[in-house]
Amino acid sequence: MIDVKHLSKSFGDHLVLDDISEHIAPGEKVVIIGPSGSGKSTFLRCLNLLETPTKGSITFQGTELTDPKVDIDQMRRQMGMVFQHFNLFPNMTIRKNITLAPVRTKLMDQTQADDLATTLLRRVGLEEKADAYPNQLSGGQKQRIAIVRALAMQPKVMLFDEPTSALDPEMVGEVLEVMKQLAEEGMTMVVVTHEMGFAREVGSRVLFMDGGHILEQNTPAEFFSNPKEERTKSFLSKVL
Amino acid sequence: MNLAEYYAALTELMKNGGEVSSLQKVFVGMYKAFVEGGRWKLYLDGVVSTVEVTAMALILGIVLGVVVAVVRTAHDQQRPGRHNPVLTVLNAICKVYTTVIRGTPMMVQLLIMGFVVFSKSREFTLVGTLTLGINSGAYVAEIFRGGLMSVDPGQNEAGRSLGLNYLDTMRFIVVPQAFKNVLPALGNEFITLFKDTALINIIGGKELVYAAKAVGSKTYDVMYPYLGIAVIYLVMVMLFSWLQGKLERRLRQSDRR
Repeated sequence: MIDVKHLSKSFGDHLVLDDISEHIAPGEKVVIIGPSGSGKSTFLRCLNLLETPTKGSITFQGTELTDPKVDIDQMRRQMGMVFQHFNLFPNMTIRKNITLAPVRTKLMDQTQADDLATTLLRRVGLEEKADAYPNQLSGGQKQRIAIVRALAMQPKVMLFDEPTSALDPEMVGEVLEVMKQLAEEGMTMVVVTHEMGFAREVGSRVLFMDGGHILEQNTPAEFFSNPKEERTKSFLSKVL
Repeated sequence: MNLAEYYAALTELMKNGGEVSSLQKVFVGMYKAFVEGGRWKLYLDGVVSTVEVTAMALILGIVLGVVVAVVRTAHDQQRPGRHNPVLTVLNAICKVYTTVIRGTPMMVQLLIMGFVVFSKSREFTLVGTLTLGINSGAYVAEIFRGGLMSVDPGQNEAGRSLGLNYLDTMRFIVVPQAFKNVLPALGNEFITLFKDTALINIIGGKELVYAAKAVGSKTYDVMYPYLGIAVIYLVMVMLFSWLQGKLERRLRQSDRR
């Protein structure tokens, strides 16, 4: 589904991603963990070209995203993204937040989009918030709305960039619950997170990144019980 | 005795070399400048036309300013390695525009527009309005560019990640938020523009200064007309500032909504 070949990214002289090659298959739930500054967020943001790779190529369903001639908006419509800081649009109601993109990109008309928004909001238990503004919501609610907003585009893959890192601890659960649901429905997911419990429970594969490399990867069970690299061991001993 | 009769009596007295108190002199001067012969209507027309000129110039200024600001921001925010040639040309035009307009005096711009570019036109007020609008646009562009940059980049990223193109993201997400951020600065620009309308008189534009000058040349006394319009400008600016403050408080409240 997503094919990354020799991806490098540097900001100025600072090399953040160093020649990464990776393949993400349909239906996979890839969880990326690692210390801060390891490049995991940058890697995720390269997948939908929010960051422009310095070198290498990214192919999504047979289309090379890194080709300058590709209509990147068209491709991004199929890749949902959820941010650490929610990034809801404060100048619109929740309903408008959700329906803006599907309507503007002519994926559906306003009535269809409204119906879809209601359905999705009901699924995350926030139906009554449709006419509220983002600032009236708690962090957990905002993040669930952000997930709904991305889902309204009916993407083929969902990218999560530390979706629970900006939340109060008691709100983490409600967001992870929604993500778990999504995983059970078979959505392809790439998740950058510090939630080891989520990685273990939901992930189908765990990537450990450090210093711009993918140091180690394995199934969650193997990865957590039997880490191979020294760096992985010391990281896990600190976070578990 | 009503005011008109009192005025007539006093002028008669002064003509004959009679003694009048300074307070009475002030009364005569003011009556002559603002009341006699329905002259207040001239000022009223002046105020209306000044407000009209300000409003039209402001709208033109905002439209020009937003376009220039969006072009310049779009140019600066291009993905590395991708250079849209159209954008490069537009950006260059916008840069020349802001540099020239902000680097030359308003008065000189008016003289050039009034007596060189549109020297054949008799629509002095309209030419003046156009010039004011073009001038204001350059300043609004800079205000707006700051406003666009003040919006959290995450907003742009969220819009783009949903597959919205650059223009839609700007139009529905970034610009409305930027607009709110720049309202105080825009209010100040409005007040500056309001006062600058006085300058279009130099090319024959009809507004408040025109009214004062017309009265002054009729009565051979410019003191009261000029002081009078100064008060009118001052009162209106104070009114605008008060409205602006109210509007800002309202917007702040909606932030806490």
